[in-house]
Amino acid sequence: MSVLLDAIKSSLGSDAGCDECRYTASMLFCSVPRERFVDAAKAMRKVHALLVAEWAADETPFNRGFGIYACYRWGAEYLIVKTEAPFEDPAFPTLTKQFLPAYRFERQIKSLMGVTAAGHPDSRPWIKFEDWPEDAWPLRKSFDASKPMPRVAGEYKFLSAEGEGVYEIPVGPVHAGIIEPGHFRFQAVGEDILNLEERLGYVHKGIEKKFESLSWKDGSRLAGRVSGDTTAAHSLGYCMALESMTGCKVPERAQWLRALFLERERIANHLGDLGAICNDAAFAFMLYQMSRLREIMLRTNHELFGHRFMMDRIIPGGIAVDIEADGKELILSELKQIAKEFNRLVKIYDQNSSLEDRVRDTGILIPDKARRLCQVGIVARASGLNLDCRTQNPFPPYDRIKVNVPVLISGDVHARAWVRVEEVRESIRIIREILNTLPSGAISSDVGLPSPDTYGFSAVEGWRGEIVYWLQSGPKGEVNRCMVRDPSSVNWLGLEQAVLGNIVPDFPLCNKSFNQSYSGNDL
Amino acid sequence: MIRILKQIFRTGIVTEPLLPEVDAEIQEVGAELKKAIGKRFSRSLTIRQVDAGSCNGCELEIHAINNPIYNCERFGIHFTASPRFADMLLVTGPVTRNMEIALRRTYNATPHPKLVVAVGDCGCNGGIFGESYASLGGIDKVIPVDVVIPGCPPTPAAILNGILRAVGNR
Ligand code: SF4
Repeated sequence: MSVLLDAIKSSLGSDAGCDECRYTASMLFCSVPRERFVDAAKAMRKVHALLVAEWAADETPFNRGFGIYACYRWGAEYLIVKTEAPFEDPAFPTLTKQFLPAYRFERQIKSLMGVTAAGHPDSRPWIKFEDWPEDAWPLRKSFDASKPMPRVAGEYKFLSAEGEGVYEIPVGPVHAGIIEPGHFRFQAVGEDILNLEERLGYVHKGIEKKFESLSWKDGSRLAGRVSGDTTAAHSLGYCMALESMTGCKVPERAQWLRALFLERERIANHLGDLGAICNDAAFAFMLYQMSRLREIMLRTNHELFGHRFMMDRIIPGGIAVDIEADGKELILSELKQIAKEFNRLVKIYDQNSSLEDRVRDTGILIPDKARRLCQVGIVARASGLNLDCRTQNPFPPYDRIKVNVPVLISGDVHARAWVRVEEVRESIRIIREILNTLPSGAISSDVGLPSPDTYGFSAVEGWRGEIVYWLQSGPKGEVNRCMVRDPSSVNWLGLEQAVLGNIVPDFPLCNKSFNQSYSGNDL
Repeated sequence: MIRILKQIFRTGIVTEPLLPEVDAEIQEVGAELKKAIGKRFSRSLTIRQVDAGSCNGCELEIHAINNPIYNCERFGIHFTASPRFADMLLVTGPVTRNMEIALRRTYNATPHPKLVVAVGDCGCNGGIFGESYASLGGIDKVIPVDVVIPGCPPTPAAILNGILRAVGNR
């Protein structure tokens, strides 16, 4: 039996309807009455589950009201708890007291779906800006997404701090470097940061709504552009969720090659990040060396797969490009060169005391906080949490590959950098294993189309961390809702906490070590 | 320090001669271009990059033109933190509704004569995101554009080529 389901049942008894399951894949699911939504969360907290995501779906096409979903995770298990709110009374009790990340999820549900989390401490909109019409709820079915919205007058109230010597520094949305837009507001005394408030949403492109106007097959192209640096992992997440709805069996060879894309994406991004972190600590040498290695990988990608980031190479049912014997050789020799040079560079990183001075004890996210904020991915692993979908919820072919997950506990910039170092080494090893094992056969199969009112779910470990997709088909089998949870949606909260007490000039360094996606968060 | 120096010597100069596909065009613009950057931009072209709503894919490739292999600095191209110092805006993304005002302000803060280059399919016409309640479409919907660089994302070579083309056009 399942720990999570047991916990729900023992505390909610017959109120938890666990049989009603529209998932084709084995996915834990239960629905609870609205007034017991919080009790379910309490039960989850008791067994130390983490909140993965919380979202709402407009289910009026089925003559229901709104569905509100909370997804929890404990080890290998994911459990979705659903409650419903009638259309005339779109509200549900807030989970913020139980799980901190609910704070942002619920603000977003309110802003984009118009469903209120009753008792939520913060009524300000999120992602939605102050100049949107109040009743513009793009995720509702009745909303016309094709027309531009008028601008209205409004003001966003930032938190403020007062006292002697306290001052405020607003930064962004257009930042100094070549970077995505977002707004940060610091309250500081002298150089010390008292508080940091993030305001995101600048790159909100209406992605979740856009999915609803696309066919199931085209959806994977859009998913590949949720966050360009994570294109392989995001399209994989979407495809796996879709495949789980239709019972599609992806050919073995395609599964292994998908993992190859995923690991190559991981290495390339980690190389870029390591260079950028060092650069922000005024060690430009490393930026140029690492970006050179990164470029080598991207070129191999281009040569073998026809795209430097492998966009649109993972498609529903399999993959779009195969690899030949000489391609295998090319990758192996490329990796040999990269591994050699990488190790040399890591030695330099490790022995550079002025660098060490900047990265150690800077931007600490202590394990306890990381846990309460339900952090995922690199950030979680640098703060003592052993979380990785590749080992805990191994999607094929990771059920046949042993992945060594590096976990550090210091939670500082150095830890986040070092987790990347270890992961680059591990991914190189994994790619070699993939190439040695690679079974022959087809690279794609037919996906089919989902039947009406079914759900699909997937959790994939991208290079930033766990990516979650939740799909729901409508009454005619079309896309009714596509919920995307990029790791950034939770990890941005971690950054806010990690910078407290640090000095303002160290913010770029902290920020770079988190390197969260704006586009993946704003959607 | 010895290790660092060793690595530098071992690496040598990796900057490439211009790639063949870019080469032809750059040869064409060639002398004129040098003259243009030399005369109009005092041998240095300063760029302010603005993400007006991209998926960040285009940003990665813009970063890449800075890497030692493409080494855009050899053409006198470098990036600045402020639009006040910029000769050119390099803009990505389908302009999101939430970035429209910031983009306009950045444009207005850039001194004349200014060049605007729209990068990526999104920058050209909104790309896969198209026009919607949240996305306005191409950059030219908001500010005047001199040159567009299609691609999703365009390769670093294509970006370099586009920048040089914009300067040559002037
Ligand atoms: S053109 Fe492509 S890579 Fe560039 S922002 Fe648009 S979707 Fe992303």
